[in-house]
Amino acid sequence: MEKKVIEVRNLVKKFGSFVANDHLNFDVYKGEIFGFLGANGAGKTTAMKILCGLSSPTSGEVKVAGFDIYKETEKVKRNIGYMSQKFSLYEDMTISENIRFFSGIYGISPKDRKEKQEELLKDLGLESAKDSLIGSLPLGWKQKLAFSVAIFHDPKIVFLDEPTGGVDPITRRKFWDLIYEASDRGITVFVTTHYMDEAEYCNRVSIMNEGRIEALDTPENLKQQYGVKNMDEVFLKIARNKE
Amino acid sequence: MKQFIGFLRKEFLHIFRDPRTMIIIFGIPVVQLMLFGKVISTDIQNAKIAILDQSHDNTTQRITSKLLSSGYFVLVKEMQVGDDVEEVFRKGIVKMVVNFGPNFEQNLERDGKEDVQLLADASDPNTARILTSYAGGIINDYVKKEKLQNIELPNQIKVEVRMLYNEGLKSVYMFVPGIMAMILMLISAMMTSISISKEKELGTMEVLLASPLKPLQIVLGKVTPYLLLSFINALTIILLGVFVFGVPIKGSFILLMGESFLFILMALSLGILISTVAPNQMVAMFISLLGLMLPTILLSGFIFPIQNMPLPLQIVSNIIPPRWFIVIIRNIMLKGTGIMFIWKETLVLIFMSFTFIALSIKNFKIRLE
Repeated sequence: MEKKVIEVRNLVKKFGSFVANDHLNFDVYKGEIFGFLGANGAGKTTAMKILCGLSSPTSGEVKVAGFDIYKETEKVKRNIGYMSQKFSLYEDMTISENIRFFSGIYGISPKDRKEKQEELLKDLGLESAKDSLIGSLPLGWKQKLAFSVAIFHDPKIVFLDEPTGGVDPITRRKFWDLIYEASDRGITVFVTTHYMDEAEYCNRVSIMNEGRIEALDTPENLKQQYGVKNMDEVFLKIARNKE
Repeated sequence: MKQFIGFLRKEFLHIFRDPRTMIIIFGIPVVQLMLFGKVISTDIQNAKIAILDQSHDNTTQRITSKLLSSGYFVLVKEMQVGDDVEEVFRKGIVKMVVNFGPNFEQNLERDGKEDVQLLADASDPNTARILTSYAGGIINDYVKKEKLQNIELPNQIKVEVRMLYNEGLKSVYMFVPGIMAMILMLISAMMTSISISKEKELGTMEVLLASPLKPLQIVLGKVTPYLLLSFINALTIILLGVFVFGVPIKGSFILLMGESFLFILMALSLGILISTVAPNQMVAMFISLLGLMLPTILLSGFIFPIQNMPLPLQIVSNIIPPRWFIVIIRNIMLKGTGIMFIWKETLVLIFMSFTFIALSIKNFKIRLE
């Protein structure tokens, strides 16, 4: 039985009387690429923020990386990585300076940091950009770097909030190669997206609609279940069922 | 042409339906006019004075009542011989003391001349100048009227003026404290508020919050560079004031630095508070500018004396932090007072700091919910 890295039971999040997350129940297993899908306003970002410790649930049990989100928030944060929708790196600093900063926060020793940094730059083929300001780099490079920095400290889980926004399909594909590599290393990847083709790349996906999870399974099973050829159509069917 | 008119119509609709534009067009000019009309008033009214009358004879009493009925002055203290004159100035109770020597009328009749001494608090040289010239004018007027009645008496009442704390009436003595308050507010409050809003706007704040960094560490980390910079600035301004402009530091330098530190802390906590309500840098900048700079310049007593303002504005000036700091600085630098005389103002600054910090934490927590 694979290890559970995220356990959510009856998660409810209300903003006043508006229920953003309505009794969510799901588990995520170690090493899987878990896609968190849904239309805008469905509640995915809200749920993800709760998992990252950025906001508190109204009720329900949440365990991330084996730690309770209410009582052990600090430990959760040490064991996760996060890539925000609007990017994670400081534009007016170089790659080295950004890495140095985040290494410090996550307690990576200078020696380890230097080693890992070299490896990272080599893997990405970005040795030439070592002393460039992030702001001067093309968008595709920034995204790759942001992801690499997010997993620099080898977290158990990395949360990606719509990481490939605004980028062409080829660059998006290359980004997903990085995600695969991370998954092979044993890092669980929790990614939200509204690009349905990216859903195909995930091990399992959940589809949220109006605060509830309407479907949770592998892309293959879902396509079979709804009798369609791609995830786009799965999504449309689910959305239309609600109307 | 028709297209153009159609476009014009659309523009007018935009304007009338946008409350912000309406405020700018109609609200701001009115406010500005009222503010400037009332604040930039160099007219003195009801200035607080004390009178030390060592004679209590006819003449002194007639002069006194003429002074008090002019509308320019309000008597707040009748002093006795042996009172510490310096103290009323140090405490800021009065702006001017009128001193009639003993045997005033007798001396006047015997010698044909006598002096009235006017002591003015020249830490605000403009006000001091105006007060003494008003008083002097009234006294000379009295002499003239008396002379007209008693044509033979060649009496001369001379007015002797002493400007305290600022003999040379240098306006820089007045400006340095005000400029210090303004610059410290600017750097500390505005820069902190922009810095934190910037992280929120760029989305990097989320990443920091999701990391093991504690919120307190983040806030302190944001605040400390500006604390250091502002402190260096405060030091620079004071040193420049002293060595280039000759502004004295009659009081304790350490107390001066201590109070500056407190003020900086207050400004920083205000900056944090602004950043918790501002969604992005633009808004943070606007709030800082409109909410801090303008009131500081106009209502803090920096340039325009507070007691000349109409009562509602005087009340408003109480919630403007620099107003208190300027009193403290002027007291320490120009009057050499110790903590005993400025404890009230110091407490106000401490209270303000706590309030801002408490509100910031509350706002922070609400956002996390």
